[in-house]
Parts: sequence; C-alpha cells; structure tokens
Amino acid sequence: MGLRRLDRFAIGTVLCAVLVAGPLIGLPLSFFVAPGGLSRFSGFVPEAVEATAILLVGVGAGTFLLGTALAALVSFFEFPGRRWIEWALVLPLAMPGYVFTLFALGLDLPGIRSTLGAVCVFTLVLYPYVYLLARAAFLSQSRTLIEAARGLGLSRGRAILRVGLPLARPAILGGVALALMEALADFGTVNLLGVRTFTDVIYRVWFIAFDREAAMQFAMLLVSVTLTLLVLERLARGRARHAQLAARGDVVPPVRLRGLAALAAVILPLALVGLVVLAPLAQLSAWSVQSINEGLLAPEFATAARNSVLLAGMSAILVPVVALLLAYGVRASRSRTAAVSARTATIGYGLPGSVVAVAVIVPLGWLEQRIDGVAGTGLLLTGTVIGLFYAYVVRFLALAWGAIEASLIRIPRQLDDAARGLGADRLDVLARVHVPLLRAGLVTAALLVFVEVMKELPATLLLRPLGGDTLAIAVWQATTESLFKTAALPALLIVLVGLLPVALMIRMSGRGGVEVEASPAVGAWVEDPEAVPA
Amino acid sequence: MSHVRVRGLSKSFGAVQAVRELNLEIERGELMAVLGPSGCGKTTLLRVIAGFERPDAGCVVVSDDVVAGPGRIVPPEKRRVGMVFQDYALFPHLSVEGNVAFGLSNRPREERDSLTRRTLELVGLQHKARTGVHELSGGERQRVALARALAPEPELVLLDEPFSNLDATLRAGLRREVELILRDAEATALLVTHDQEEALSLADRLAVMRDGEIVQVGPPVEVYGEPATRWAAQFVGEVNVLSGVARAGGVETELGVFDLRAPAEGSVHVAVRPEQLELRADANGNAEVVAREFRGHDVLYRLRHEGGKTLLVQLPSLELHEVGDSVFVRPAPSAVPALVD
Repeated sequence: MGLRRLDRFAIGTVLCAVLVAGPLIGLPLSFFVAPGGLSRFSGFVPEAVEATAILLVGVGAGTFLLGTALAALVSFFEFPGRRWIEWALVLPLAMPGYVFTLFALGLDLPGIRSTLGAVCVFTLVLYPYVYLLARAAFLSQSRTLIEAARGLGLSRGRAILRVGLPLARPAILGGVALALMEALADFGTVNLLGVRTFTDVIYRVWFIAFDREAAMQFAMLLVSVTLTLLVLERLARGRARHAQLAARGDVVPPVRLRGLAALAAVILPLALVGLVVLAPLAQLSAWSVQSINEGLLAPEFATAARNSVLLAGMSAILVPVVALLLAYGVRASRSRTAAVSARTATIGYGLPGSVVAVAVIVPLGWLEQRIDGVAGTGLLLTGTVIGLFYAYVVRFLALAWGAIEASLIRIPRQLDDAARGLGADRLDVLARVHVPLLRAGLVTAALLVFVEVMKELPATLLLRPLGGDTLAIAVWQATTESLFKTAALPALLIVLVGLLPVALMIRMSGRGGVEVEASPAVGAWVEDPEAVPA
Repeated sequence: MSHVRVRGLSKSFGAVQAVRELNLEIERGELMAVLGPSGCGKTTLLRVIAGFERPDAGCVVVSDDVVAGPGRIVPPEKRRVGMVFQDYALFPHLSVEGNVAFGLSNRPREERDSLTRRTLELVGLQHKARTGVHELSGGERQRVALARALAPEPELVLLDEPFSNLDATLRAGLRREVELILRDAEATALLVTHDQEEALSLADRLAVMRDGEIVQVGPPVEVYGEPATRWAAQFVGEVNVLSGVARAGGVETELGVFDLRAPAEGSVHVAVRPEQLELRADANGNAEVVAREFRGHDVLYRLRHEGGKTLLVQLPSLELHEVGDSVFVRPAPSAVPALVD
C-alpha cells in the first residue's frame, strides 16, 4: 500500500481532484484573507437569508405536494392515456426556470415579480425530480403491504396515505432535496424576478461592486446551505435503499378510475404540462416569428448561437473525456487514494454555477499574473474561454462521471485482466476494450453536458470573455430589458435542445419497463449526487 | 532448468496469507495441475504468475526471464503468459475472430491473419470466425477463450478452473478436447482446479495445495497411490485411515496384513483406498453394510466394522450386497497402501 501503489493513473486522478476541487478551498479561506468582506455588504445578508428561506420552504412544500400527488396518481391508478401522461409529466425538466420566467413576464402574469412568484416558477419546473423518484419508489412497493393495510380495514386512499407514502418517504425527500439544490443554484429566475437570494447577491457584489472577497464569502454561505441539502439527500437515499430491499413481490395493481375522476386524472396533468411546456413553446414560437418579421432579433443572435454550440460542443467532448480518464484511473490503479480523489473531483455538481465561477477565478487570476509576468500574455485565462471551460469541468464533471461510471462498473474486471494478459497496456485496455463497451454511456454523458452548458447562465455570465455571449445570456439580457420578443428565439432553441435528453430518458425507460434506475441518463441526471462525498 | 520456476513465493491480503513461501517448477510442454480446496490460494498463485498481483516475496521465472522478483515486476502485458479465465472474460464487443486476434495487434497483418486462422482451426471454430461471442454455447466460448490465450504463442498458459462453468455432461468431453488442443499447441500449461477427477485425468503432474502451501507434487498415479499426508490422501479421492503395527515389509491392522512399499517398524497409520479392500457375503462376517452407493460401473459400500470403525469399500458392480447384509472385509490381494501421518 501507500506510495508504492501511487502509479501514474492514481497520480492522474489525484491531480484531477486537486484541479477540480482545489479552487473550492479558496472560499472558506477568503474569510481569513479579508475578514471584513461580508460586513461591507451586511445590508444584503438579512434580505438574502429571508428570500432564500422562503424559497426553500415554498419550493420544498410545492414540489413535495405536486410531485408526490402526480406520482401517486400514475402509480396507483389506471385511466385512459396513463402511459402517455406518465411521461408527459417529465417534460418540464427541459424548461429552464429563466425561460419560463421570460414567458410569465412577457404575459405580465400578476404578482410574478415576487418571492412567491419565484416559488411558483420553481415548483412548476422542478417538481419532476420529486415525481420521478417518488414514482420509482411507489412502483417498487410490494402489493402485499397495501393489501395487508386494506385487510386491516383501511380504504384504498387511506392505505396509500398510511403505508404507501411513508414507505416512499426517503425517495420523496431525496427528490425534494435535489429540487431545492436546483432552486438554490438558480440565478436567472431570481434575478429576473427581482428576488434577492444568495446567487443574485453574489452576482451584484461581483459585477456591480467588484468585490471578489465579499463575493467569495457570500458564495461560501450558499455552499454551506447546499452541502447541508446534499448530506440530507445522501441520508435519505441511504434509507431509500433499505426500504426498497424490504419490498418484494408483485407491484401494486392499479385501480381503474371511471367517470369524472378519470376525466380529472387526464385533464389536470395535461393542463399542467400545457402550462409549463406547451404554452411557453407556443408563445415563444409566436414571438420568435414576430421578432424575425419585425426585425427585432438581436444583431448578436447568430454569434450567440454559434458561441453556445461551440461551447456546449467542446464541453461535451472535454468533460466526458476528463470524466472517463478519472473513472478509468480509479479502476486501473485500484488504489483507495484514487477512489477518494474521484469523489472529491466530482463535488462540483451540487454547487451553484455562480459559486463555481467565483471559486475558479481567483486561482486562475493568480496563475495568469504569474504567466503574464513571464510571457506577457495578458488575461490568458480569465479573459478567454479557458476559464469558462475550467468552470464547466468543475461544475459538470460529476454529471458525465455518473453516466460513465454507471456503465463502467458493468464491465467485469476480468476483461481488463484478459486484455492485459494478451499484451495490452492500460491505455490499450481503455481504448480497445472500455471505450467500445462504454459507447452508450459516453454518448449519454456528452448529451447531458451539451444540454447543461447550453442552459447554463450564472457561470457563463461571470466568466465569459468579451463578445462571448451565449443563447442563455441573450435570453437573460433581453428579458432584463423587457425585450421579450427578442429573447424568444434563443429561449426556444434552448428548450428544444433540452428536450433531447428527456426524450432519450423516456425511450430508455420505455424499453426495460418502468424502472427509473434502468436508465443511466436519469441515473446520472436525477440521482446524480452519486458524485458527492459521502 | 525448468521452463517455469516459482521460488519462495508469498502473497498476503491484509491478515490473510494466501500463498506462503511456495515453490513450483514446470517443465517445457508439461501440463501441470494445482489441486486444492477453494480458498487454498491457488487462484492467487495463478494471478501472481500472470502479473495481476504483486508478490510480497519470492520470484517467478518464465523461460529464464525473471518476471517477478525483488526489484523487478514485469507488467502482465509483457510476460508472454496467456490466461483462460473461469468465466472466459471474452470481449463482448468483438467477434470470435476479433477476440482471438486481440493479442496479436502488434504483429504484421499477414502474420496476424494466419495465426488467427490457424488457432481457430486448432480449436475447431474456423466456421464461427465472424460470429459474435454472445451467440456461442458454453463449450464454444471456452474454446474461444483457449484460442485467444494460445494465439500469441505464450511461454505459459494459465487456466483458472476452466471447466467449472460447464454442465457435468459437457465437462468430460471438453476436458479431453482441451488436453488435446494444449498438446497440439505444444503449450506449457498450469491449470488450477478443485476437482480431483479433473486434475487426475488431465495433468502430467499434480501439485496438491493447502493453506497457501504445496503439500505434494508428482504424477497423478503417485499422488493418488502414495499420498504424502493424511490430508492429501483424504483430499485426493476417498480413503480409510487405519492404524496398525508395521513389521518388516508389512503392516498388521484390524482388517489383516497389508504389504508396504518400504520396510517400516512400529505403530503407524496407513491410507487404504476403498478399492484396496474387498468383501464377500458371510453370515458370520466382521462388518455390516450400512449404505450402498451404486455408480454404474462400480459400487461404493459404507460398512460398520465390528471394531466400530466406518469403512469405505469400492467394488465392481458384478455382485451386489444389500444394506444390512453381514460381510467379511479384508485387504485386496495386491493392495499396497501408503503410510501417512
């Protein structure tokens, strides 16, 4: 053990962990470097705490109720078109919060510019996290448990409430935690709605006051809330595994709804999907057409689209490659050090994009000055896309790693040994055995990263080089200026691209039955914080 | 000098010593079997020789090349040691041909093609060259695994429990087939198994392994007929251990006098194989039939001797005794049992 086992693969993973997780250490350090940072903006703190707290409580309750009710509906009841509705309810995953906000602002929905308005938007676009996990938990429940409850004199509805729901509680809480992490990480929605949460404060302290230390300290506060949620999610998921192991036997047979109940079961979910996905798509399409006809399209639109595709495309290659090397490094070196490093390297996914941006810019800036001193290269790192790619790797490495690791563990180690015995060195094994076998996982990882980078707003906003606007920034910028028609076309493109992984997930899940876990895409996406430290 | 030499090899996993100061030599072209119960360290021995595990001490020499030893560890891909895995570990994304050619990637194309073709012919799968491995039967998969290991013409082929994944009905036939393929290829092979019948029928020499150590090495006939210890006698086949008094060339037991290979004196134990006893029906005999296991060509009787001992006796199934029959049991005429501890 020890140093002797640290071969170049182990060293590679350690290096990767240092590169990815290292900048995050700067956040707590900022309190020591500039102790007074936070007090300069102490006026922001109560407001941010209040807004964030209301957001957490509201979104928690909203996604819990909506996600659980819908999951129970499609799991325990049968009604016309159930199979379609079951999947249609996942579609809001493709709708970024700020795009829905653009839609709501454009229609001037009353009361939308408030914390409550933000709670509604987040509930509508984030409930699928709860819905997917709750549904998987309900479907894994044994019918004998519900039947036993009914034999003890409970009506069907009460049996679900008193047995089905408590059994699914860990999964539901896990889903709520994921939804809350997304809500915390969001910048676009709260900024556009004028809600002063932590992400918004970080942006203002950074961009308007140019106070890096204070921004880092606000980021640190946000990180502590996020980490608490991560730990809760972990705990909930640990128990969920127990609950599922205990449940054996046939699934609960669904009850057929008739008459008005069946009608409501069809209409209400469709109305929801209509409101969250179809209506915005229709409205955005209409605005897009108008914007083109009336010449309202931003002149930078083509550049932004090109930038988005380039950034997303290159990240979709870069991030999965790093993730693959990381995952394979752990496997090839078989050392504990490497395994711990991989866990550390994938910490970034739970973290908001604005936090990641704030965290990476300080070490990059430092390095840049050193290089500039020697080579005179100027803003080589923070002024170019290099910084942006770095942030994307930190933020999305876990996403790609989850998809790849899920496939990698299914490849028996004996194949590695067999290949080695036949004269292949460890890189050969990767190229000739793993990569061909991992094709599906790699494509999934690339797709997920592509879509996430397309949607990404806060890190891009903070780190983009001059003239490096993306579609997401175009949407945000135009919306802040109330140029809703100008924002429509880029927003429409983002949503359409976002539908790709949702479609992939639905297709994969449709094949092997209804298990959510059957799909690596969802496994990586919805359940991703596999990545975070235990 | 032997083709493969293992000297003082030790390997521990935490507190568990899987292999302890083990010595083993394999001659060129020899088919050697390591026989031992599960958990005795035989798979670890194989993995150390292949290079998948690093020994704690000792060395491995293959064809005058030290592949593992103090200060020198050759990675598995440079050892010229082929391995056939228990579950074959065929590459699922490659065809039969692709699997067999995998180890030939650094050879010129022509050589690679001809070696692949020749090896496939050797295992009789030339007609399945382009088939995907998932379409093969268990026996065919095993032949592909063997062909894949043999194709690069390794100095040594390792086989890890190669028949354990096959139906009992297939096993005997494939065993013979694999032996012929290995001999055709003039390969030096080390096979690891817990199946004594497999080891006895297949190997030129047999090494019996227990708790990380080799207890005995020799040709199958010798290991079976002259077990070095009581444990080895019991592990390799069935045995009755009798106590007796040795005098000159024989040993006197409660069943009668057995001949000995070498003269001995004093109180001893002998390992008497079930076929080294014989019995006949006798109303006033010295034993009673307790159980009978009919095996077709022969029968294994379990007897209770008048002295209280349980005895195993194996006879051809020419004449059958019933459970409860009184019989007289005595040494078979040519029986020469081994002295054990």
